[in-house]
Amino acid sequence: MFQFKSLLVAAGFSAASMLSFAADITGAGATFPFPIYAKWAEAYKEVTGTGMNYQSIGSSGGLKQIRAKTVTFGASDAPVKGDELDKDGMVQFPAIIGGTVPVLNLDGFKPGELRVTGPVLAEMFMGKIIKWNDAKLVALNPGKTLPNETITVVHRADGSGTTFNFTDYLTSISKDWADSVGKGAAVKWPAPSSVGGKGNEGVAANVNRIKGSVGYVEYAYVKKNNMNFMQLQNANGKFVNPSEEAFAGSAAGADWFSVPGMGVSMVNAKGDNSWPISTASFILMYKNPADKAASAEVLKFFDWSFKNGKKMASELDYVALPDSLTNDIRSKVWSQIQK
Amino acid sequence: MGQDMQPPLSSVDNNSHFMQPPLSSVDNNSHLMAVAKRQRLQDVLFHRLTQLFSLLVLLALAGIIVSLFINAWPTFAKFGVSFIWYVEWDIINEEFGAAIAIVGTLASAGIAMLVAVPLAFGIAVFLTETCPVWLRRPLGTAIELLAAVPSIIYGMFGLFVFAPLFADFIQVPLRDVLGGMPLIGFLFGGATNGMGILAAGIVLAFMVLPFVAAVMRDVFEITPPILRESAYGLGCTTWEVVSKIVLPYTQKGVIGGIMLGLGRALGETMAVTFVIGNANRMPTSLFSPGTSIASTLANEFGEAADFHISSLFALGFLLFVITFVVLALAKILINRAEKAKGF
Repeated sequence: MFQFKSLLVAAGFSAASMLSFAADITGAGATFPFPIYAKWAEAYKEVTGTGMNYQSIGSSGGLKQIRAKTVTFGASDAPVKGDELDKDGMVQFPAIIGGTVPVLNLDGFKPGELRVTGPVLAEMFMGKIIKWNDAKLVALNPGKTLPNETITVVHRADGSGTTFNFTDYLTSISKDWADSVGKGAAVKWPAPSSVGGKGNEGVAANVNRIKGSVGYVEYAYVKKNNMNFMQLQNANGKFVNPSEEAFAGSAAGADWFSVPGMGVSMVNAKGDNSWPISTASFILMYKNPADKAASAEVLKFFDWSFKNGKKMASELDYVALPDSLTNDIRSKVWSQIQK
Repeated sequence: MGQDMQPPLSSVDNNSHFMQPPLSSVDNNSHLMAVAKRQRLQDVLFHRLTQLFSLLVLLALAGIIVSLFINAWPTFAKFGVSFIWYVEWDIINEEFGAAIAIVGTLASAGIAMLVAVPLAFGIAVFLTETCPVWLRRPLGTAIELLAAVPSIIYGMFGLFVFAPLFADFIQVPLRDVLGGMPLIGFLFGGATNGMGILAAGIVLAFMVLPFVAAVMRDVFEITPPILRESAYGLGCTTWEVVSKIVLPYTQKGVIGGIMLGLGRALGETMAVTFVIGNANRMPTSLFSPGTSIASTLANEFGEAADFHISSLFALGFLLFVITFVVLALAKILINRAEKAKGF
């Protein structure tokens, strides 16, 4: 009975204080950075006692939520355009970096042994290169025997930031792809052989199972599932393997303030060591927030995470932003948010 | 639903009429009247309350239809009725049609029923007619347990266990044997990677089998033993008893069970998503990957925006319509069968 009463009292309190009490930070959006935001939030709560409630409902859902002002920050894998930010009175900054990796299932090849260029990768995913022993693949891989096997394309069935990143890259590297398919969280996959898997796990499971298949997953899934991946040619013409250093290389090569809202696409970034399908995930906040205290709490959280969250990021196969960039974010972006 | 409501209503009225004659004793009259009045009030209250609950269901149903339609309106306004047969699902260029998903839904559910109904019928006949008594309960319980397995488990089973076996031991032989035949050969062409319409249909069959079997067993059991025993007494074989006595007697329940299974197969989401291949292309063979309405909704809602969302609502509305049509057809079928029998 006592418990019941105290429950009632607690319920009454929380209902009454809903408007003014903002102990927990609220955010919603992108699924790609969810694991690292959750990890940071857990560590941050231990230190400060302030929790974070992040709903990974997808980037477009996050945009809707921040526009409806039901959350203090929104998160999106695809950057929002500068004029839209101005219209909504929002600022945008990157918070974490990761990479997407083309994977394959082909006997006789160890991880990183198969070399492809961007245009060839685009043709494989378009269904224009349909056999593994296609002349273009053979030319890129001298001295290797490629089997006369059909290529099965595996893609994400659900809308995702990973697909956005991957198609963003193919769009930037292949005019053909840009004209006929384009980029987005989900696209119309043109290859007649293509099948969709649900989530990174679904794509990984299908690629590991179907002989002669190609797909793309987040880097963490490559490591977790010991998957066979491709070596990709970057903008400087070098063939690189995916790694945290290669993702960081892309971030270093990007000119972040060249685009309003820092909406720089990191795909095909310059630099000898850059992995060409790297991506940043973005945070959206209001310049003039309705709840200034809650907004300040969000900034404190990311400030702490930028300083203390690098090791956690690398444990989860993400790359934290370099210090020079986070300093710029503090001075050029956060300064616009009214406190 | 309306029909089911009638009996309690009329029995209430009968009771109150019936109560009048015994009220002859003057002493007890007022007391009895009070009791009767109270009971009548209780009945009326109970009747109104249950009526309210049933109306709530109707209200929720209407609310769902209306909200689906309102959200789907931009799509219907743009594409008109042709949305139903337009073969395209291009999110980037905002060209949407439901044909691919409708075909995938109907084909996978149809295959599921083709596989599940004969199997369920066999199981039900075995359990009610020829099964040794000691085996009846464990087998029956096992079937009911199968019905309680969450559909995501069927999906995972389908992707990780069933699909590889299906590719090697069913798709490849089918393609080799039937793929070259005229007329039906094209049905067995394409990649044999264990996914597609046929695979989804078979996993769905596993899923709906326990439902259909359990309902069939229950209705077979209500056949009066005297009918059955008379038939056996006349020298009928088990098959003759089942086909001439049990089936005609339980027709309504059997069709009901099949429709329950079909309804589940049409709306199933997770199990289908895992094995159907999730390709927004018109399937050209039974091995082609495709997509169903429910799996498209599950996959794409998360990252959908603007017009795409409206098209997903339109798909949901169509699924609603399809399910409604199927149920209505089943009702008509049952009514016709009953008229023919002269009930």
